[in-house]
Amino acid sequence: MSELRELYQEMVLDHNSRPRNFKKLEGATHQSEGYNPLCGDRITLYLKMRGDLIEDLGFQGTGCAISRASASMMTQSIKGKTIEQAEEIFGAFHKMVTRDVGEPYDSDDLGDLEVLSGVAEFPARVKCASLSWHTLNAALEGKAQKISTE
Amino acid sequence: MTAATPSATLDIARIRDDFPILATQVHGKPLIYLDNAATTQKPRAVIEAIQRYYTEENSNIHRGVHHLSEVATRKYESARGLVRQFIGAHTTREIIFTRGTTEGLNLVAASYGRANISKGDEIIVSAMEHHSNIVPWQMLCQEKGARLRVIPINDRGELLMDEFEKLLSPRTKLVSIVHISNSLGTINPVRRIIELAHAVGAVVLLDAAQSVAHTPIDVQSLDCDFLAFSGHKLFGPTGIGVLYGKQALLEAMPPYQGGGDMISSVTFEHTTYNHLPHKFEAGTPHIEGVIGLGAAIAYVQSVGLHAIAAHEQRLLQYGTTLLAELPKVRMIGTAREKAGILSFVVEGVHPHDVGTILDTEGIAIRAGHHCTMPVMDRFGLPATARASLSLYNTAADLDALVRGLHKVAEVLR
Ligand SMILES: Cc1ncc(COP(=O)(O)O)c(C=O)c1O
Repeated sequence: MSELRELYQEMVLDHNSRPRNFKKLEGATHQSEGYNPLCGDRITLYLKMRGDLIEDLGFQGTGCAISRASASMMTQSIKGKTIEQAEEIFGAFHKMVTRDVGEPYDSDDLGDLEVLSGVAEFPARVKCASLSWHTLNAALEGKAQKISTE
Repeated sequence: MTAATPSATLDIARIRDDFPILATQVHGKPLIYLDNAATTQKPRAVIEAIQRYYTEENSNIHRGVHHLSEVATRKYESARGLVRQFIGAHTTREIIFTRGTTEGLNLVAASYGRANISKGDEIIVSAMEHHSNIVPWQMLCQEKGARLRVIPINDRGELLMDEFEKLLSPRTKLVSIVHISNSLGTINPVRRIIELAHAVGAVVLLDAAQSVAHTPIDVQSLDCDFLAFSGHKLFGPTGIGVLYGKQALLEAMPPYQGGGDMISSVTFEHTTYNHLPHKFEAGTPHIEGVIGLGAAIAYVQSVGLHAIAAHEQRLLQYGTTLLAELPKVRMIGTAREKAGILSFVVEGVHPHDVGTILDTEGIAIRAGHHCTMPVMDRFGLPATARASLSLYNTAADLDALVRGLHKVAEVLR
């Protein structure tokens, strides 16, 4: 049970049942679709960028508790950050969820995202936790996917 | 062989003893294996046959003059004889070893399909097919300008047979249909489907991946034209499967792959193909796989498929009743004719979370689309959780599943 409690912490369950920024973002400048064929999780991520700044974001879709909570927390943690800062957070997050069990990780950039550290005990769930972040990367890289011009 | 003796009721304790993995633990809990539709566990008889092959009999086949080659060839061909008898084929020439169901389906599409399907022709599949019984036909239709038609299903997950009859026409050249659905458990009325398809001159391929280990099959009595299955869902090794085809059809078909074993003579001007079944078995085959499959079939026969089917039906009834008592659980696939597959969703909980929590209790189920995305679309779901039964499962396994589902509710309250 303790491993499970580590995975499904209160905050994870809360973000799963009441995801934040769970909406189609009006005036979004970027949009990207994420799909995890293994479990059928789908997410659409909307970004409102001003230069390098992620001004606002929202997401929609269906997914397991881990992918939904992760997406919800991601939107909170990178709102108002620059692309570079968001990439750093993702780097730290990715290291945390893919580390070997028992290994330490650097929590400096992570904030609330740390409640997903239990994912490392469940290798089959790393993809769920990372889906929204990969979708973010695709949205940021794929300038071609811009849905409206500024 | 340590198999139980055939009887109407199975000696489950003894059968469980035949499967070493069932005595292992997962996360410190006894393994409860309910993912048999994905792959079945292997009895000691199969494991030992493979071990014996590599310890005492290993050799290439059909070509050596030495003792070992003769032994290996005899074992390989006698396994073909067992398969023939197991599915009631007329001759071993009709038994082609493949890598699995997927390769069998692709073989028919590439060989029979390319030679016999042309522009304007129609191929019929159903809405509950595994991706392996959709994609090869899509590829063929695209290449030939033919059309893929789909038999719809109702909310219980049953084929709409009157819609099937409406789809049939002189343009119908091939009907490829799953015998038992891996995501819904539906047992399709294949005898009737074959009759109706033959009446318009179409050939019928049965995807028997989910049926061979659970119900007796007689290809001659069914009168199907082709039938494909995988060894690993029948207690045999992975990487080995069988394609049955009526001899006259196979004789007329061009080879699938070229290489050694499938030829009688080769010059740069002209190659003569080998006779059946070797024409379709190019290259050194999966000898160990075939020998393991032979041992698996011998094991199943020693237990008896009628007894296995009866046992699984009892468990299915029991499991269905248990799950119906859980208010948040909804069964997906409630066909009147159903095999031992319990596909379900838990209100408010994604199947992936169900799978993870059950796993910590040592319970193995599958969560996902089960390679049947059109079925998920039909029911408006991204995925289901699926518990699938086999001969070694018990009522206690299903009780554990229910306890696990209570735990899911507790963790994700
Ligand atoms: C109904 C059905 N058809 C085809 C297949 C494909 O079998 P394989 O992957 O062994 O080729 C499966 C396996 O999941 C199946 O359940």
